[in-house]
This record gives sequence, C-alpha cells and structure tokens, in this order.
Amino acid sequence: MQFMLLFSRQGKLRLQKWYVPLSDKEKKKITRELVQTVLARKPKMCSFLEWRDLKIVYKRYASLYFCCAIEDQDNELITLEIIHRYVELLDKYFGSVCELDIIFNFEKAYFILDEFLLGGEAQETSKKNVLKAIEQADLLQEVSHHEGSRFVD
Amino acid sequence: MPAPIRLRELIRTIRTARTQAEEREMIQKECAAIRSSFREEDNTYRCRNVAKLLYMHMLGYPAHFGQLECLKLIASQKFTDKRIGYLGAMLLLDERQDVHLLMTNCIKNDLNHSTQYVQGLALCTLGCMGSSEMCRDLAGEVEKLLKTSNSYLRKKAALCAVHVIRKVPELMEMFLPATKNLLSEKNHGVLHTSVVLLTEMCERSPDMLTHFRKLVPQLVRILKNLIMSGYSPEHDVSGISDPFLQVRILRLLRILGKSDDDSSEAMNDILAQVATNTETSKNVGNAILFPLLQTDHNAVQRHRSTIVDCLKDLDVSIKRRAMELSFALVNGNNIRGMMKELLYFLDSCDPEFKADCASGVFLAAEKYAPSKRWHIDTIMRVLTTAGSYVRDDSVPNLIQLITNSVEMHAYTVQRLYKALLDDISQQPLVQVASWCIGEYGDLLVSGQCEEEEPIQVTEDEVLDVLEGLLVSNLSTPVTRGYSLTAIMKLSTRFSSVNRIKKVVSIYGSSIDVELQQRAVEYNALFKKYDHMRYELRWCSTHSLLTGGRTRSHLNETALPTKPASAGGELLDLLGDLSLSGMPSMTVPLDAESAHSDRSSRHAPNVSLSSRAGIPPMTAYNKNGLKIEFTFERSNPNPNISVITIHASNTTEADMTDFVFQAAVPKVWPQSVVMTRPGGGALKRTESDSFLKLQQQLRMRIKLTYTYKGAPVQDLAEVNNFPPQSWQ
Repeated sequence: MQFMLLFSRQGKLRLQKWYVPLSDKEKKKITRELVQTVLARKPKMCSFLEWRDLKIVYKRYASLYFCCAIEDQDNELITLEIIHRYVELLDKYFGSVCELDIIFNFEKAYFILDEFLLGGEAQETSKKNVLKAIEQADLLQEVSHHEGSRFVD
Repeated sequence: MPAPIRLRELIRTIRTARTQAEEREMIQKECAAIRSSFREEDNTYRCRNVAKLLYMHMLGYPAHFGQLECLKLIASQKFTDKRIGYLGAMLLLDERQDVHLLMTNCIKNDLNHSTQYVQGLALCTLGCMGSSEMCRDLAGEVEKLLKTSNSYLRKKAALCAVHVIRKVPELMEMFLPATKNLLSEKNHGVLHTSVVLLTEMCERSPDMLTHFRKLVPQLVRILKNLIMSGYSPEHDVSGISDPFLQVRILRLLRILGKSDDDSSEAMNDILAQVATNTETSKNVGNAILFPLLQTDHNAVQRHRSTIVDCLKDLDVSIKRRAMELSFALVNGNNIRGMMKELLYFLDSCDPEFKADCASGVFLAAEKYAPSKRWHIDTIMRVLTTAGSYVRDDSVPNLIQLITNSVEMHAYTVQRLYKALLDDISQQPLVQVASWCIGEYGDLLVSGQCEEEEPIQVTEDEVLDVLEGLLVSNLSTPVTRGYSLTAIMKLSTRFSSVNRIKKVVSIYGSSIDVELQQRAVEYNALFKKYDHMRYELRWCSTHSLLTGGRTRSHLNETALPTKPASAGGELLDLLGDLSLSGMPSMTVPLDAESAHSDRSSRHAPNVSLSSRAGIPPMTAYNKNGLKIEFTFERSNPNPNISVITIHASNTTEADMTDFVFQAAVPKVWPQSVVMTRPGGGALKRTESDSFLKLQQQLRMRIKLTYTYKGAPVQDLAEVNNFPPQSWQ
C-alpha cells in the first residue's frame, strides 16, 4: 500500500497515512485530486479504479470514505477486506464508531492503524490481538500519566 | 503562563469557526501560543502541544516548527511522549526533512528498550518511513529482532526488514539466516509478515527464489491447515479462516511455482482444493481465488477440461462446485469455448442452479465479451432459455449494458421484439424487452438494422404487443409497470399518440395501485406538461427498478427541477439575517402532491401529535396555505432532530407548482438535512452532535406556487421553534 486517506463527504481529511516519501506539496496535490475523483463517483460504482499508475480501493462507511492506493501487483479484493478490518477495529475500540470519534480522537485512530498495518502491509491478522495490544499500550500510557507526566488529552 | 488548552478543546473550538478566515485566525493564535511554549522548553505540555499541532497539520496548516519537538518527545522516557513523538515523526519528519536523521539514535535505543511497546513504536516508525541511511544504520538491530521469540516483535521486525530491503536491496543477504524457521511459527501475525518478507526476497533475487523453493511443502501444509481446520473465531472472516494469510501464501506459491514443474506439481492439489473449497459469494472468497488464477501455468487451468466435464456429473454438489470453478476459470482466451459449455449447462441444469448460472454468465460475458454482438446474443440466449430464473437485479444491469452499446440498439430491440412474439411468460425477458421497445421503438419501426435482416413492424403492431403484456395473466405487476411506461415513452416516438393516450387513461382506474398511479401521472403529463413528455426519454433506470415508489422517477426527470441558481435566491433570502454564507436547500415538492392534495383541501384532520415531547408548531399560515413542522428525535442519533414539513391547502382551488425553500443561518453549518418524501437526503451531515448550539434556531422560508392561474410568492421568517427542537 502506498497510502491511505480518510475523508468526509465534504472532502475534509480525517486521517492520512503515507508509506512512500513525498513532499508536503505533492501529498496535498494527490489528496486534492483523489478526493475529488472519489467523491464524484456515484454510489453504485465499483470500489476499484485506476488512477495515475496506481489502483485505488475505496469504500464509504456512513459519512467517511476510506481510500487506499495500492500497486499493480497488489490484490485489491483483499485490500477491501483490510479496509473493512480497520473499520471493525475502530468500531470495537470506540464502541459503534462514527466520524466524530475519529475527528476528536485522531491520534488514537492512528495508533490503531499502526498496530494493524506496518509499512503498508498487515502485521496482525487477528482482530483480538490488535485490540489487545492497543489496550496494553493505552494502559502503559495511563501508568506514565500517574507517574506525573501529562496526558495527551 | 496559563496551561495550554487541551487538544479536544482546541478541536472543538476550531470547529465552531464559521469561515475559513475565522479558522485561520484561531489557528494562528494557537500556533503562536504553541511556539512560545516550545521556546520555554516546557516538558510538561510538549506532548499536548505537538498533538494540537498535528491536528492543525491535518487541516492543512504548516507545522514544521514542531519537528524538533517531535524529536524531543521521542527522546523522552515517558510512553505518552514517545507515542505522540513517533506519530509526529511519521507525519512531519519524512526522509526529505533535514532533521530526519537525528531520529536514528533514538530509534536505535528504543529498538533495545525493555518495554515491547516502545520497541514496537520504533520498529513501526522505521518500517514506515526510515530513509536509506537510517536503514543501513539500524539493519542489524532489525535482524536481531527478527530472531526473537517474542511474536509481537518478530512480526513487526519482519515488515521492517521488508522496508529495509526495499530501501537498501544490498542488505537483503543479511536477513537470510533469520528466515530459517520463520514459517514454523504458529502465530498468524508472524506467519503473515514472514510470507511477505519471503515474497519480497524472492521477487528481488532469482537466487533467493531458488533457495526458498524448498519451502513449498511447508507453505502447502500451512495452507492446508487453514482450509481444513475447523472454525477459528480469531481468524475467521465470513467463514474463511485468515484470508489475509491465505492470499499471501498463494501469491508466494505462484512466484515459487513459476517455471518449475516440481513445485507446481506439489501445489496442484492444494490449489485445486482451495479453489473448490472457497465460497465466492463474499468478496473475501474472491480475494483468495484472485491470486490463484493469476498464475500463468496454473494447475487449475490445466484441470479445466476435467472441471467442465464435472458440469455433467450426476452429483449435485459436484455440479455446483464445477459451475463455480468454471466461472472462476473464465478469461479472455477461453470465453467462447467456456460460454458454450456454460450455456449448455444452463439449458439442462436443475432449476436450483439456473439463477446463479445466469448471473455468472452475465458477469463473465460483461468482462470478457469478444464483441458487442456476441454479448447481446449471449444475453438473449440466457433470457430466452432461463428467462424466468434471472435475478431481479440483472434486469437493471442488462438495461444499463444495452444502453451503453449504442450501435447495437437496433439489433437488440429487434431481437427482443421477436423474442416477445414467441413467448411472454419469462418476466425478466419481458421487462428488458419492454424497456428496450420503449426506448428504441423508433429504430424498430424504421426497419434499420445492420446486423441482420430488418423486420417490418408497424407502430400498431408494437403497441399491440405492449398492450398484450398489460392484459396478459402471465405478466406480473412489475412487468405491467414496464409495459405501461414503455407505451408512454413511445408517445414521443410514434405518431399514434391518441391510441397511447387512450391506453393510459384506461389504466387510470386500474385496480392495481401501482399501475393506476403511473397512469394518472402520465395522464397529467399529457394534460398539463405536454412539453415534458420528452423528459421521459431519459428516465433513469434505477429509480424505476428499486423497490421504492415510482413517484421518484417522475420527481427526478419529468418535473422542472430548480437550477443551481436557486442558491443565489437563497442567499438573498438570508440577506438580513446578517450571517455570511449558507447551504442551499431547496425542496421542490412535486406538483403532483399538491394536485392530489385535493383530498385535503377541506381542513385536514391530521393530528400532529408531539413526539418525544417536542410540540409541533405552525411555521406559516396565510391565504389558506398552512405549513406545520413536527419534530422527532432521530432514531439512531438522538442529537438530531428531524423536522417534517406538512403543507396543507384549505382553499377550494388547487395550489400547483408548489416550491418550498428554506435557509438557515450558517451557525448551523451542516447540521440541517433536508430530505424529500421518498427519501434521499439533499445534504449530508457530519452528525455535528457534539456542538451545543447556543443560538436560537431561525429559518427563513420562501414559498412559490400557482393559485387560480396566478403565481404567488411569499417570504417568511420562522422564529418560533420550540427550544427542545434544537437544544
């Protein structure tokens, strides 16, 4: 996977994970174009499209679009499953997740993503294990909080 | 200096900004505060400030002055700091930044930290965005971790190694020893990432590939276990055990098996087994078959003739597997041959297979059709031989397909017409045919057809056939609907308009409510909107075919929809509510509802009960037009109030061309959604339930309608919203 973007129907970016090095300017340009392209698609259109030299896999969940860019040799069908798995993880963590959860807890959304994917590939295929790791890390954060450091809040 | 504001507080505040300028101002103010806090080298709040910076960065604002702070956070001993620090690094410190390399030492230390979650953070960061130099420096640490027995770290190390290899291919060799017993792990995470690592190595080096060929039996064994083992809740996805791992293994096997007969042989059985065992009804099943079939000389294609023969087997379950597999095997090269077999199978198979087979044929035809004519012929064949088993959703798809094959329209409509002459019992066939005749009837009677001998058909003959469908006992109500609409459409293409008018008016009193409704609406088109009959030509197929009310297609195509300039009018509407910008929300209630409101023109006795304790209110009451709002808390999200608008006409005459427009001040940016009767929100919300709105909800409405031949327009402000509706 080269990158993953989460954005709303109004085109507001909610999360961006880049697995390739690009300048800020390039990232902004890509984001703008891709968001435009995906938002222009009608509901019944296919979840896959070709864009520049990449394959784009996207799925809409309520008011959020989850959009991944993969390379030619990658499997787009399993990428759809990856997106779904990520949504399930968010859902389990936040308890019936909605866009607002991701807006207000974006750093947690990143933490969860980073326990699920690494370098653009799935590092853990068990939902339970990903959630367990996050739980433990959160606990560790709590502990360091009680040891006098400030929480992120 | 007071404590810097909290992250969530900042997010909340920024979201209240009503304009881009206001947002920018807030951001600048906060950035200034953060900058001075950074200057003071404040350890306590660094984490909070960087987090806020990351949020603002996501909104598109510059954040490079936070780069060094991320480094400081990473170097901190506190886990909270490290977590945010590494996140910041991944977002702000990619390899193009000068200070990127400064991370190296911190990462090195953290890779050796006593807490695995810290090690995890370091591995993740390195694996996502480590530069070549960094990778060179730290490859040794990664290699060490690749050999650890801690599966949490081992899986991350494997993917980190993949990144290192991608950045610095020469380093690949050093990871070889560590790969020795990667596949003997039980942990799926490690297995998955190991397979990814092995794949990367094999793809890059033919030597590696040869070396790893000996792993084929082991991979096959793992795959076998995944398929054969019982249900494992931890790894199950729609009945398939760890599809992610299966897909990856298949991909590796494909690479290892390429141009090597021994390996291919060893894989044959398991590939065929995966193929037959995989349920393709869900995406996940197809995801697995996908890499399977990408293999060039793959085992399954070799078995193709066997599989096709199995279509004739007596055993039902074998037939089903064979059918599913056959569809999976179809490609551009074998489509003609395979399709022959599959169509033959369709003719003779048990009814329980026909629906799936028909769907499969359509899909395959769509993907690999060698020519448009072949495609249409194939569809015709399915419709005529298994027409009554075709799934309902195939009909709109077929219509879409036919629409898109412009040059085949004449040929298609001709063939479908001929098919109708033979048999009108198969509903999907009849529906598609009716639709086509409605659309392309002019081509039919003009006798233009390039593909084959054109037939001589008169307008009356065509109408005879369509009317025949209307009266036939064999036609379902849906089919009748199609026929009636087709007849109506022909009124713009044929000259025998009077005959069509007669038919339409007869059905205005049909017992079938659906038909009656359509007929009445079409009648209205004849009477009042004659110029719009031509709009029916472009009827969207979807609105006709989704189970919903047929009103919707008339709403969308036949009525004059207010153009986008309505937005301008609404801006005026808000003029002196002295608030900038507004969402344009127009609900042109279709003229028909005002028309049929004839029944309610005697003071309606609609009891507008207050639901959920929010009293209804009268928004407007003038000249016999009364508009009432009722409120309801939205079921899934009680922070959303749903306002239903009831418009009633208490005078003796009709109010037609009724248009209701509403505008709210921008303080309610995206929290007001207008929906039409029949569903379909005009504007999505982002469930802004978090904001407690301080301002009273106000709305300005504009009404236009025609009354006794004269246009009427009125503006009104609605201020009397009960507090419970918006608090």
